[in-house]
Amino acid sequence: MIPELGEFALILALGFSFILATIPLYGAATLNALWMDYAKPLAKAQFTFLLISFMCLAYAFANDDFSVQYVANHSNSQLPMQFKLSAIWGGHEGSLLLWAFILSGWTLAVSLFSRGLPLDMLARVLGVMGIIATGFISFLLWTSSPFLRYLPRFPADGADLNPLLQDFGLIVHPPMLYMGYVGFSVAFAFAIAALLSGRLDAAWARWSRPWTNIAWAFLGAGITLGSWWAYYELGWGGWWFWDPVENASLMPWLVGTALIHSLAVTEKRGVFKSWTLLLAIFAFSLSLLGTFLVRSGVLTSVHAFASDPERGFFILVLLLLTIGGSLTLYAFKAPNVKSESSFGWLSREMLLLINNVFLVVMAITVLLGTLYPLLIDALGSGKISVGPPYFNALFVPIMSLLALSMGISGAARWRQTSISGLKKQLLVPAIISLVVGLVFPFIYGDGFNFRVFLGITISTWIIATTAKEFKDKFRNTNSITAKLSQLTLSYYGMMLAHLGVAVVAIGITLVSTYSEERDMRMAPGDKIELADYQFEFKGAKKVKGANFTADEGTIVITLEGEPVVTLYPQKRHYTVKRSMMTEASIDPGLFRDLYLAMGEPLGNDGAWAIRVHYKPYVRWLWLGGLLMALGGLLTVFDKRYRSKSSSEVAHA
Amino acid sequence: MPRLLLFIPLALFIALSFFLWKGLSIDPRKLPSALIDKPFPEFQVAALLQPERMLSKADFVGKPVLVNVWATWCPSCRQEHEQLLRIAQDNKIDIIGLNYKDERAAATNWLRQLGNPYLFNIYDEAGMLGLDLGVYGAPETYLLDAQGVVRHRHVGVVTAQTWVELQAMIQALGVKQ
Amino acid sequence: MLRFFIIALLSITSVYAAIDTYEFKDKDKELRFHKLSADMRCPKCQNQNLADSNAAIATDLKQKIYLMLEADKSDVEIVDYMVERYGDFVLYEPRFNAQNAVLWLGPGVLLLLGLITIIWLTRRRDNKNDENSESRPELDAKQQKQLQQVLNKGKK
Repeated sequence: MIPELGEFALILALGFSFILATIPLYGAATLNALWMDYAKPLAKAQFTFLLISFMCLAYAFANDDFSVQYVANHSNSQLPMQFKLSAIWGGHEGSLLLWAFILSGWTLAVSLFSRGLPLDMLARVLGVMGIIATGFISFLLWTSSPFLRYLPRFPADGADLNPLLQDFGLIVHPPMLYMGYVGFSVAFAFAIAALLSGRLDAAWARWSRPWTNIAWAFLGAGITLGSWWAYYELGWGGWWFWDPVENASLMPWLVGTALIHSLAVTEKRGVFKSWTLLLAIFAFSLSLLGTFLVRSGVLTSVHAFASDPERGFFILVLLLLTIGGSLTLYAFKAPNVKSESSFGWLSREMLLLINNVFLVVMAITVLLGTLYPLLIDALGSGKISVGPPYFNALFVPIMSLLALSMGISGAARWRQTSISGLKKQLLVPAIISLVVGLVFPFIYGDGFNFRVFLGITISTWIIATTAKEFKDKFRNTNSITAKLSQLTLSYYGMMLAHLGVAVVAIGITLVSTYSEERDMRMAPGDKIELADYQFEFKGAKKVKGANFTADEGTIVITLEGEPVVTLYPQKRHYTVKRSMMTEASIDPGLFRDLYLAMGEPLGNDGAWAIRVHYKPYVRWLWLGGLLMALGGLLTVFDKRYRSKSSSEVAHA
Repeated sequence: MPRLLLFIPLALFIALSFFLWKGLSIDPRKLPSALIDKPFPEFQVAALLQPERMLSKADFVGKPVLVNVWATWCPSCRQEHEQLLRIAQDNKIDIIGLNYKDERAAATNWLRQLGNPYLFNIYDEAGMLGLDLGVYGAPETYLLDAQGVVRHRHVGVVTAQTWVELQAMIQALGVKQ
Repeated sequence: MLRFFIIALLSITSVYAAIDTYEFKDKDKELRFHKLSADMRCPKCQNQNLADSNAAIATDLKQKIYLMLEADKSDVEIVDYMVERYGDFVLYEPRFNAQNAVLWLGPGVLLLLGLITIIWLTRRRDNKNDENSESRPELDAKQQKQLQQVLNKGKK
């Protein structure tokens, strides 16, 4: 009964989203206030029914209703409760339901927190979001319903969730990522609404800024969590594989980063309007494209999935309608360059525009690399692979240019900057970063290394220019505390995010240069040394978990005779899925991780294949990622946005 | 800004969609053999059933043959065995077995119990001939022409449908010669 | 990152790190081994490199790389050996040839195009502004005010 209720609620939600997609938009076109007024209640109704639907699926999982196919395929009665609930988004159908549910959540949020919006704008924004929801709920109902039953005969127990997904990472990572992906639909909807209304003033930029920033923050946090999850869960010690599925999340993030900056310029200076609109369309389009790539089976990912051309075709049609439609609208209605202000060749506007180009080229590089094998194949020229060596080779130079330009734009003024002014601002940071970059590889490593020099120099450059800019804020004040509180949260958010970039860059540079790794056959009592640490294998024994059995190794680690830690890597055997999994054991640290994984048993003397990693500064990757996300989040709480809404509360 | 510039994104997107649409009908997991239209690698390997007999390319060059890579540890090989027996019965083409990374006793036993569709079997214990041939998993089936040149590779279970397709290819080979 | 949604749909039964234990006489060969096996794609498991893969064929290929290294073969010889048998598919770093020219040169060309477009548009704008003899710094404040008005209008 409950699953049918869920399906029914989904059908009702489709009805509401369809009305939302039509009536308010028509009302806005014909200036019918009553019809525009329908937008808000419709957004609430759509959210309510998707919530009911989602809860019904949750209920089916919590109560082990294996008559529901989706539950039977992704859960098991032995599965711990938190994993039963996160198994809701452990497969295609459920994660799509989550997608739609989050979309309706964003729609609701826009209707609640945008009281400052003119009615026609709100009607259009919600209407556009209704169109997207209509597409996705249809997709759910027609090709991917999670509520289908095995009746009358259903399995006594479920097939269990994939062991890799039975992890904290799966609980938090997908919702985060989806909040980001889907969050870009708000910026998209604002852009389309602006194009539809023809009112391309800077106001729409102001309105969509907080929404864009928060979506970007979620996406960044989601990617960071995913990287961390892959690192500890897959057992390979890698943190980024340039897998198509990872790339699918990186592309909208890169374009989103460009969008955030472009929006800021559009709002502050009234320039780059067409460009900003295009970026808003791009960011969400890439989210949709990512969904297509992941769901359709056109690309093989780390783990190939059952390709389903029917689903792929459905999403492709959705893509054509949304992206094709919006780009057509853009082509006809985007404004000609009518800048509201001018700026010079050397100005912050110009530098930010250049940074935008770097970011977009990076995103297109990812897109090109991801799709190139498909293009070649579609042209009948055989199969090729594009992997990490390609992406690294192209990313490092572009990223370095971007970092360089980042530091300069922080120091440049709006409208016009003099070269001498820039020189005064940047000379000291430039010297500091070059010196640090040159010296670092000698102190930390065992000699000059160009990659380290480059990475450390650009990271120091970002930090030094950010610090200099911050310091200059205090040049003409007596009271530091007064100035501190005077600076806006947006400003602090920006600082934090920029520092985050530097922290990530340091992490990437050091972990990819100074990591050490050994694959060893180790019998009990064997010792090896790696990066000054001594690892002694004490042997392995059998242990039992809730739904698995495992061989657990004991490895004692010492540094110059002093005990550091004892780690217990496992080789797990999940009984229901009958699959093997490596459970790495990690000793985390701010400056280095020690990472151990078990391979196969070798021979009869209790020996195992053991992989030992020494990973310096690997945590900085995720620390930096979180700093960026936190920075994005901070800006949303800026007084500018808050005071507006509080004054509205007074009005209401 | 020239209006036309604004149409570039749309044009690019339409081109991209075309490729995505084509991509839907391509299986990214299907790998063509790197040896297509190249000669079957030279080898000197013992036969499965007569360990003392050394086999080489000369043993099958002269007419088109199928080379079937199989092993007892491979469940899909079990699945296609019936079909291979039917092909052998059709008597249109000889099948050479390439027993891949297997145990001799188990493989001998398999043929005794399930029937032997092969003209003879190459016993590639270490998988080195397989490596030269670009085998990445059993079962795989290669079609060679009379000169011993690889014309086609089929990865996965040989079904009745596959046999229909193979026959067409064999016929095409015959016409050419 | 979404990779685990996919995993749930999978047919594979085991995903675990492959760990082999090769003993190398010199450090240089060990590093080359790691690089080669990390930059080659496993033909069976499709999107894993040889180093991470636990498929039987990946193990064989790693063994082959090891043997070839020990036999003092060069990296180029080893790569050629693999490509001869398994095609360009095994290379994670696509070769630079006519077919892959767009892949390798595309981003650089795009970057140049982007920068040229910026310069071109800015020059056009500058010229236009000169024609209109309207260098309008004072409009700035006015525009800012207009923006504020639009925003305020929204509040009602």
